[in-house]
Amino acid sequence: MPRTFSPKVVTANDLLKGDVIYQTATGWTRALSEAEVLTDEADADLRLIEASQQTGRVVGVYLADVTLVDGTPEPGHFREDFRARGPSNYAHGKQEAGTHV
Amino acid sequence: MYKYTDFDAAFVAERNRQFRGQVDRRIDGSLTEDEFKPLRLMNGLYLQLHAYMLRVAIPYGTLSGRQMHKLADIADRWDKGYGHFTTRQNIQFNWPDLRDVPDMLDALAEVDMHAIQTSGNTIRNVTADHFAGAAADEIADPRPVAELIRQWSTDHPEFQFLPRKFKVAVTGSPNDRAVTRAHDIGLRILERDGEQGFEVIVGGGLGRTPMIGKVLRDFLPRADLLPYLEAIVSVYNLLGRRDNKYKARIKITVHENGLEDFGARVEDRFAQIREQFTGVDQQMLAGIESGFALPDFREASEAGYLDARQHYPALRSWADTNLAPHRIPGYAIVTISLKAHGATPGDATSAQMRLMADLAKRYGHDELRISHEQNVILPHVHKDDLASVYSALRAAGLGTANIGLISDIIACPGMDYCALATARSIPVAQEIATRFDELKLEHDVGPLKIKISGCINACGHHHVGHIGILGLDRAGVENYQITLGGDHTQSAHIGERAGPGFSAEEIVPAIERLVLAYLDLRTEPSETFLQTYRRLGLAPFKAALYPEAQADAA
Repeated sequence: MPRTFSPKVVTANDLLKGDVIYQTATGWTRALSEAEVLTDEADADLRLIEASQQTGRVVGVYLADVTLVDGTPEPGHFREDFRARGPSNYAHGKQEAGTHV
Repeated sequence: MYKYTDFDAAFVAERNRQFRGQVDRRIDGSLTEDEFKPLRLMNGLYLQLHAYMLRVAIPYGTLSGRQMHKLADIADRWDKGYGHFTTRQNIQFNWPDLRDVPDMLDALAEVDMHAIQTSGNTIRNVTADHFAGAAADEIADPRPVAELIRQWSTDHPEFQFLPRKFKVAVTGSPNDRAVTRAHDIGLRILERDGEQGFEVIVGGGLGRTPMIGKVLRDFLPRADLLPYLEAIVSVYNLLGRRDNKYKARIKITVHENGLEDFGARVEDRFAQIREQFTGVDQQMLAGIESGFALPDFREASEAGYLDARQHYPALRSWADTNLAPHRIPGYAIVTISLKAHGATPGDATSAQMRLMADLAKRYGHDELRISHEQNVILPHVHKDDLASVYSALRAAGLGTANIGLISDIIACPGMDYCALATARSIPVAQEIATRFDELKLEHDVGPLKIKISGCINACGHHHVGHIGILGLDRAGVENYQITLGGDHTQSAHIGERAGPGFSAEEIVPAIERLVLAYLDLRTEPSETFLQTYRRLGLAPFKAALYPEAQADAA
């Protein structure tokens, strides 16, 4: 029996700002909730390759596990949770007002 | 204070010009990330979890007021109004945009600062005793030697692609405040028959395979220093493993080949190259030394200070914990705590940086130091000025009286910032400090070093903490391992793992049980945590950490 493929998103850091971004069907977003969720392994591999070719826009592309809550992706691991939110000692990063697109 | 030469200034300017071009070429697509990454790392620029991070060297931890002001200006203009002082006497800016970094580097160059060799497999920023030039127990100021090593190692053509990073620390005091035994090379200035020389320690390091450095030469004549260092690094460069990143540090090279074999190779190499060092290095050292001449100390009465101590308990408490003995009568070394209870260890706002710079200028002969324990030091303050210094610090949230106590915690940035981290460290430090402040116990507990790392690389020095905490990822959950009995001083020792780890919710209560157990176990208040641990061993502390296991066994 083939092993089940857990849902994923393509994520990276923005080349200029260095912050965490996620791939959408048409480009990139700074909000995990807006990311394109990949549920098929072959599709995910393809989207990862497409993302890694955008070297002028993004750095350090990889697939991150997500869990779907009412169809919206949420972090699958605590590291991804911090990446999606920002540091815990100051309300910096994505917690700052105005950074949510 | 030592001033960089025109040669240094021209070198930094040229490097900055090159890096500006490299950033432009990365942004316009001429360079790929694979091509750009080694170039940015050579200039201290990392890509972390949420942003780029620029790591700026503070050689041997010494800063002038003007330099500290510049760091504050950079924090305001290009970062988020603060900086993070690290365990390697660097400062890190956590939020720069890639486009701004060349301007930041130019701004640093205006005050003789840079980020060169703060990353990569090179000889890193040379660290030193943060009380250098001021400590009462000092044989000699280690900074001239550290500066000589900085000049020798910067852009050294043979040592730009070492098997792995390489860290050197120097102390001029028998009381080791520079953790020399946990460095690739540690140097201790000694005196023998009226001559100064060095004890050369090699192969120390923390990380995934912690090792205490071994003495390679118990007394190296002063004039032999650079050729001997060159021989060590040269042997390591050829012999060190490049097949496995985790076995590439010199500690593994020494361990696998044995100290005797390694030492013999160093002596051979030393004999070959010794005569290439014609004495120019010693002439340069003499020139450097004049740049570290002591300031013009003043004479004044201590009566006002002694009187203020009588009347202000807060001043007395601060003075009792945050001052260290100075070599000149009437003076004190002031350690400014960057560990206010609940604050992020090592962080200073731009306003705090400016205040510390202004206090240094007004009361401290314009000198500041950064300690590997993530605090700031005013090395030369006359006791007559202590009350004024304290009240200014206190008003700025910098008056915490906790140096050497349980809330004076070293913590790496951990998973709040670092891309390598496996768990957070900052919140654990914040919670421990807050908890013991609530308990009003820390002065009763006395000297206790807690050191926290958010991964096995051990930037937070957890192995040499009296209590060490290591954050790991265990099956997708943060988990904290405790080590006990570590020691970072001249009697350096790697702590012993206490047992299974604790969750993020359990770790602070576990530390509390441990410390309360110590208070019960000590023979008298003057017996420190470390002394009690050495007397009794792990067992009673383990019992306090794992009460369930005790109950099960009963």
